[in-house]
Amino acid sequence: MSGLMTEETGTNPPLIRARGLTKRFADFTAVDGVDFDVARGEAFGFLGPNGAGKTSTMRMIGCTSPISEGELRVLDMDPKRDGPKIRARLGVVPQQDTLDSELTVRENLMIYGRYFGLPREECARRADELLEFVQLTDRGKDLVEPLSGGMKRRLTIARSLINEPDVMLLDEPTTGLDPQARHLVWDRLYRLKQRGVTLVLTTHYMDEAEQLCDRLVVMDKARIVAEGSPRELIDRYSSKEVAEFRFAPGIQETLDGQFDGLADRIERLPDRVLLYADDGDDVVVAARSRGLHPETVLVRRSTLEDVFLRLTGRSLIE
Amino acid sequence: MSRVIEHRARQYRRTFRASVFSSFGIPALFLAAMGFGLGVYVDRSADSVLAGVSYLQFLAPGLLAATVMQTGSFEASFPILNGLQWSRTFHAMYATPLRPRDVALGNIAWIAARLTLVASIFAVVIVLFGASRSPLIVLAIPVAVLTGLAFATPIMAFTATQRRPDRFATIFRFGVTPLFLFSGTFFPIESLPWFLQPVAWLSPLWHGVVVSRALMLGTIGDAPVLALIHVAILVAIAGAGALLAIRTIDARLEKG
Repeated sequence: MSGLMTEETGTNPPLIRARGLTKRFADFTAVDGVDFDVARGEAFGFLGPNGAGKTSTMRMIGCTSPISEGELRVLDMDPKRDGPKIRARLGVVPQQDTLDSELTVRENLMIYGRYFGLPREECARRADELLEFVQLTDRGKDLVEPLSGGMKRRLTIARSLINEPDVMLLDEPTTGLDPQARHLVWDRLYRLKQRGVTLVLTTHYMDEAEQLCDRLVVMDKARIVAEGSPRELIDRYSSKEVAEFRFAPGIQETLDGQFDGLADRIERLPDRVLLYADDGDDVVVAARSRGLHPETVLVRRSTLEDVFLRLTGRSLIE
Repeated sequence: MSRVIEHRARQYRRTFRASVFSSFGIPALFLAAMGFGLGVYVDRSADSVLAGVSYLQFLAPGLLAATVMQTGSFEASFPILNGLQWSRTFHAMYATPLRPRDVALGNIAWIAARLTLVASIFAVVIVLFGASRSPLIVLAIPVAVLTGLAFATPIMAFTATQRRPDRFATIFRFGVTPLFLFSGTFFPIESLPWFLQPVAWLSPLWHGVVVSRALMLGTIGDAPVLALIHVAILVAIAGAGALLAIRTIDARLEKG
């Protein structure tokens, strides 16, 4: 896997550079003038709800969807002119599986390597290596169809690595997987990151973004609303801790004004009240002394979910 | 483009044996039932109608072209929709250095190869039945393939605009099947009412049947220029369909 290693290149331009990047379809604007840079070796994330424009952005980077306006450079090339050359150096994990169910697991890898013009022996060598990497060696001769969702995702990840890409584009790599399968995928992606592969991923899972991304942008309604490392974003847009109060049905509506001054910021959701403060336990004590008796109390560290709520006024998981 | 063909060939390996078997079996059954069975009755009065040609000999070139047409039409519908919509394997190709036009042309080339196999096997069956009068039957194979492509490429262009297979039934019911019956396959179009005869001219199948028949009956020398015009029309339809298919597949893959 020597090709996956990347050399030190401090002075080179960013691997991906977007300025005023816009994607318009007939009746709506999917991406509305976004700017971002992705540096070599970093794990960069697009966080946002469904319909925020993440997939459209990824497809433009992947040179399968022409840009409507603005500037986009990928691997210092122009997607419009050099699409096939750029795609030769990308590894794409699409949101929907595109595996060939008529072929076996190993054949899926083989033929994909052939699309990149690799000789058959090289395809075979890499296919075996990659099956090992995603722990599917014993399924190599099976057809794709009976595989579980998690196995298919791992196979798709293996497939995207067959050309030893400089950049991996992962569109919601773990959506729809059970927790165990998610952790296995995260583990493999983390290993790739350790080897210096540049990862660009979209997600609507906060924990995924926090686990994998060095830096991320939050997208909402076709625009980027914030940018930074997960920690920076939490520091900037949230507090250290959050106290979550949940009341019996009907009670919360009667408590208008009773939370005032308890915390730096208060967010009232239909099912619970979030109180943002540096010390969540202090908030709980203060609330109890005011005679508030929530059914459940949870004091936790603040997450990207809180950042998103702050930035958009909406919960990320609808 | 060759990689796309390789992909289809890999898929085909699984059904290869069954496919070759039916490529032999279906024509043999048709020729036996219609050529021998029905032919007995036709041939009683054939001398005046078919100018000394047995019904089997009249029918064989028509069935050859028509069978290849049906295979081509089918190959341009469901397998293409599968790659674009169900398994999305064509989208997977587009994430590699392959371009949409490689996907389109690769699939057309694959269909051409498939049709060549079908037509060749059919030609062998025809020879075994003694239903060809001329060694030029060898040239009827590419003519039949061209006929199949004249259906396959426009249908492929249409398929790339569809997300569901609902309209394929319409194409087969109101397009392919009527043409199968009324393009001079089973009887000369001169038997059609006069006002329907020009309609046969619009059928790519009729052009293919006329040339295949002339080749297999050994009468191609009677009107070589007309035969070339028929072939040119087939080339034009297949070519225009291919250009259209490149455009619609490109648009579809970009849409996602």
